[in-house]
Amino acid sequence: MDSPDVNFLDPEGYVAQQQRVHFWRIVALMGLVVGPILVLTPLIAYRYRFSGNSTYTPDWHFSWIWEAAIWGGPIVIVTILSYFLWQNTTALDPFEPLPIDGEPVRVQVVGYDWKWLFIYPDHGIATLDELVFPEGRPLNLELTSETVMQSFHIPVLGGQVYAMEGMVSKLHLAADRPGVFRGRNTQYNGHGFHRQQFVARALPETAFSAWLDTTSSEARPWSDAVHDRIAERSTLQEMTEADDTGAAFRDVPADLFSGIVGPMDRDPDWRSRDRRDASVDAGPADGSAATATGQAPDPAR
Amino acid sequence: MSLTDFIDALTGRMTLEALPFWKMVQNPTPENIVNGAIATSVAAILVLAAVAVLAVLTYFRLWRTVWFDWLTTVDHKKIGIMYIVLSFVMMLRGVVEANFMRANQAVGFDGGFLSADHFGELFTTHGTIMIFFVAMPFLSGVINYVLPLQIGARDMSFPVTNAIGLALTASGAMLVMASLLFLPFSIGGWTGYPPFTGKEYSPDVGPNYWIWAVTLSGLGTTLTGINVACTVYKKRCPGMDFWKMPLFVWASVTTAILMIFALPPLTVATAMLALDRYLDFHFFTTDAGGIPMLYANLFWLFGHPEVYILVLPAFGVWSEVFATFSGKTLYAYRTLVWATLSIAVISFLVWVHHFFTMGQSAGMNAVFGIATMLVGVPTGVKIYDWLLTMYRGRVRITTPMVYALGFVMLFVIGGASGILLANPSIDYQVHNSVFLVAHFHNMVIPGTLFGMLGAYSFWFPKAFGFMLDDWWGKLAASLWIVGFMLAFFPLYAVGLLGLPRRSVAYSEASYTPYTVVAMLGALVVLAALGAMFWQLYISIRNRDALNVYAGDPWDGRTLEWSISSPPPVYNFAVGPEVFARDAFWEEKRAGHAYQIPDQWEDIELPANSWLAPILFFSSFTLTFGLVWHMWWLVILSLLVVVGALVARSFVIDRERVIPADVVREEHLRWLKAVREAPSAPRELEVAPGNWGRPQSEAGVPE
Ligand code: HEM
Ligand SMILES: [Cu+2]
Ligand SMILES: [Cu+2]
Repeated sequence: MDSPDVNFLDPEGYVAQQQRVHFWRIVALMGLVVGPILVLTPLIAYRYRFSGNSTYTPDWHFSWIWEAAIWGGPIVIVTILSYFLWQNTTALDPFEPLPIDGEPVRVQVVGYDWKWLFIYPDHGIATLDELVFPEGRPLNLELTSETVMQSFHIPVLGGQVYAMEGMVSKLHLAADRPGVFRGRNTQYNGHGFHRQQFVARALPETAFSAWLDTTSSEARPWSDAVHDRIAERSTLQEMTEADDTGAAFRDVPADLFSGIVGPMDRDPDWRSRDRRDASVDAGPADGSAATATGQAPDPAR
Repeated sequence: MSLTDFIDALTGRMTLEALPFWKMVQNPTPENIVNGAIATSVAAILVLAAVAVLAVLTYFRLWRTVWFDWLTTVDHKKIGIMYIVLSFVMMLRGVVEANFMRANQAVGFDGGFLSADHFGELFTTHGTIMIFFVAMPFLSGVINYVLPLQIGARDMSFPVTNAIGLALTASGAMLVMASLLFLPFSIGGWTGYPPFTGKEYSPDVGPNYWIWAVTLSGLGTTLTGINVACTVYKKRCPGMDFWKMPLFVWASVTTAILMIFALPPLTVATAMLALDRYLDFHFFTTDAGGIPMLYANLFWLFGHPEVYILVLPAFGVWSEVFATFSGKTLYAYRTLVWATLSIAVISFLVWVHHFFTMGQSAGMNAVFGIATMLVGVPTGVKIYDWLLTMYRGRVRITTPMVYALGFVMLFVIGGASGILLANPSIDYQVHNSVFLVAHFHNMVIPGTLFGMLGAYSFWFPKAFGFMLDDWWGKLAASLWIVGFMLAFFPLYAVGLLGLPRRSVAYSEASYTPYTVVAMLGALVVLAALGAMFWQLYISIRNRDALNVYAGDPWDGRTLEWSISSPPPVYNFAVGPEVFARDAFWEEKRAGHAYQIPDQWEDIELPANSWLAPILFFSSFTLTFGLVWHMWWLVILSLLVVVGALVARSFVIDRERVIPADVVREEHLRWLKAVREAPSAPRELEVAPGNWGRPQSEAGVPE
C-alpha cells in the first residue's frame, strides 16, 4: 500500500492550498532580500580584499543615503509582508468555518496517549485512529485531550491545533477529492509519540453513507469499560493486540465529548483510572480532591 | 528505625534501577542491550575521565594551583576562561548526543536502534545542555573576559558574585552530568512543558534533574546579568561616555538587561513546576484550577528574549571583527547601537509566536506575527552595516573572518525561515516539525556559536599570549560551515514533508535520504570539533613561535589590545583615559601608544574567596538530594550554604595590594619587549612572525 499523503506543498484541501500559495509568496519575497546578500557578501569581501588595490577609506563611517536605503528596504519589505500576514491569518483562522458549500460533517476529536478517538455525534459512532469523512464538504472538528497537550495535524488538508485537557479547540478542514491522508500528533508526549498517527480517509458521498451504515451496525457497543481501556497509555496496535476492544464503536452517548471536556468532577473516580504504563512507578497517590472545579470552560477563546 | 528504613532514608528514591546497566542485566532484550551498552559506555567514559583528571592533578601536584589560582579566584579573566572551558566540555557531549540522534534517525524508517525513552533523554539533554551549558557559559565567558578590558576597568563590579555565578552554572552542568551515572533524565524536551513533565505523567525523577539544572543556570545567569550591567554603568574609565563604548560593550550591556528581565520568568516557572511536583500544588495541572497554558507563556516570556541573549553578544563580536579585519572604523556606529537596543525591546513582545497553535484569536496571532517580523528590520540593518564596514576597507580573511562571512550568509537564510514561521498560517503547518529544528539551529549555530568561536579565535591570543594556528582554525571554521549546512538544510525539506521533531522513528520511506545526509553533516561537525582540539594542541606546542606578548596581533582598535598578552592581573598598570571611540587605534595613529607613565601607584584588587567553590559543591549536593528526595543531603547542604554565606560576612581582608614597584617593573619589562618586537606587516598577520606588534594601518610613525 502507498503510504498516505503527507506533503502540504502538494495539498488536497482548501486550507492547505491557501497555505501553499502563501508559503511560496513569502519564499519569493524573502528571496529578494536574501539573494543579494548571498551575492554581495563574498563579492565585497573579495573586491576590497587586503591584497587588492581598491579604494581604502579607513575613516568613512556614515552616509544618509545608505542609511535611508538600509532602513527603508527592510521597512518596505516588512510592511508588504505584514499586509499579507494579516490577510492570511484572519482568512485562515482555524476556529472559523470555511467559505465552501455543502453541509458540514461534525467530528469531535479526543487525544489519548497514543491514539485519537473520533466521535461522530450526529451518528452515535466513534472510531480510533481513522477519520472518515466525505470529500467536498466542510469537516468541522472540535478537539480536546484526555491526557497531556497534543497537537492535531493533517498536513495535506490544513494546519494543526493543540488539543488540551479541559478545553475545546476547533479546526475546520475540507478535502477536494477522495484520498488517504496522513494525520498525527506533533506534540511530544512520551515513548509512543512517533506512533500516534492516524489515517484520514476522504470518501465520495455515497461511499461515506455506506461507511456510516456499516459502522453503525457492525461496530462494538461503547461502554465505560471501553473508555477506560482507551484511556490507558498504549498505542492502538498494542491495545488491539492485547484484546478485542476493537477500533470502531456504536451507541456512543451524545454527551461523551462534553463529558470528557469537563467539568472534571463529572467522574469522581477519573483520577484512579490507570493511565500509565505498568512499568512506570505510579508514585505517591495524589491527595487532591477531584471535586475542585475552577476550570475555565473554554479559555482557548 | 529498622535497617531498611534507614537505607530508604539514605537513598531517597534511588534504587539499583538508576544504574545505566541495570535494565540490561535484569531484562536482556536486544533493545535493552543496545541502549544499556551505550549508556554504560558513556557512563564509564565519564568516570574514567574524572578519575584521569584527578590523577593528573595529584601526580603533578597541581592541587594548590587549582585551588589558589582557579577555584578561589575572583579575577574576571580567569572566570571567563573557566566559563569557556566548561562550555567546550559540555559542547563535546552535546555534539556527540546530536550524532547519536542523527544516526538513529538515519535508520529511523520504521525503527532506529535507540529506544524511544533513550531518544527522549537525548533530545532533552542535548537541548538543555546546548542552550544552558554551552551557549550561555560561552557568552558569559567571553563577556567576562573582554568587557572589563574594553572599558578600561580592573575587574567587574562584584567579583565574588561573579565567581558565584560561574559556580552555580557549573554545578547545574555537573547535575546534568550526574544524570549519566544515575538515570533517568527528563524526556520532556528543553522546554519541559507540563502537564507532561508534571507528577502525574512523569512520576520518575527525570524532570527533577531538568528543573534543578535549569534553575541553577537561571540563577547564575541572573547574577551575571546584574554584574555586567553594573560594571558597564559604573566602571568605565575616564573619557568613555556611552557613545564611545565599543559595540561589544553595548551588546553586552543589552544582553545583561535582557538577562535581568528574562531569566526570572524561567526561574519562576521551574519553581512553580517544582512546587507542583514536590508539594502537590496545582499551577500547571489540568485539575484543581491549574492551567498548563500558563507555563507555556512563562517559559516563552523567558524563551524568546533568551534567543536574543544568545545572539546579541555574537552581534557585538561581529562588530569588532568586521571593523578590525577591514582596517576601518565601523559603518554607522550609532545605527548599530539603536538597532541593538530596539531588538532588545521587541524581543519581549513576540513570545506568543512559539504557540500560535494554542487557540488564541486570529487577530492576536497576527499582531504577534507582525511584531516578530519587525525584529527583521533592525537585524537586517545590522547585516548591511557590517557589509558597509567592509566596503572600501582592506579585508583580511583570518579565522574570525571566515566565521563572520559564514555567519552573514547563513544567518540571513535562517532569518528568512524565521519570517516564514512568523506567519501563523504557515506556522500551523511547520510548527513542531524538523523545519523548526532547522530554523533554530540555523540561528543558533551560525549566530551564537560561530560568534563565540569567532570570539575564541579573536581573543585567544589576548588571553594566552600566543596565536592559534590559522590553518587549522580555517579548516575548523570551514568544517563547521559545511557540517552545519549538511546537517540542517535537509531538515528544512523533510520538515516541509511533515517529519515531526522529537521523532525516534517515522513511517515514510521518503524521509531517509534527507536524514542520511543530515547524519553526515553531524559527523562533519564532529570533525570540526576535532579540528579545533587539534588546533589547540599544536598551537600550544608551537607557542613560542606564535608568541604575541607585545599584545596587539590584529592591529586592534580598542583598549584590550593596548596591554600585554596575557594581560597582568590588574589589567592596566595605569588606568587609561580615552578620547575616541576606537581608542587604541587613534592612539597608534597619533603616535601616543606604548608611552611610559610618569607615575606609579599601588593597585588594590579583590582577594581570593573560598565562597564560590563551597557554593559550587553544596549547590550540587543540594540539588542532587532534591532530585532523589534524599532529604538528609538537602538539609546538610543547606546548612553548608547558609553557614558559608554567614562565615563570608565575617571575612575582613577582602583586598590585596600589588605594590607600585611590582607594577612598574612588569610594565617596563613589557614595554621593552614591545620595543624589541619586530613590527609585523599585515601580510604576516597569521604567520609565525607576528609578534603582536603591528605595522599599524593607522600609520603609527615609528
Ligand atoms: C552542532 C551540531 C548540532 C547538531 C548536529 C544538532 C542536532 C540536533 C538534533 C538531531 C536534535 C533533535 C531534533 C528533533 O527533535 O528531531 C536537536 C535538538 C535541539 N538542539 Fe541541536 N544540534 C546541534 C547543535 C545545537 C546547538 C549549538 C544548540 C544551541 C545552542 C542546539 C540546541 C538544540 C535544541 C534547543 C534542541 C531541541 C531539543 C528539544 O526538542 O527539546 N543544538 N539538535
Ligand atoms: Cu488551553
Ligand atoms: Cu521566539
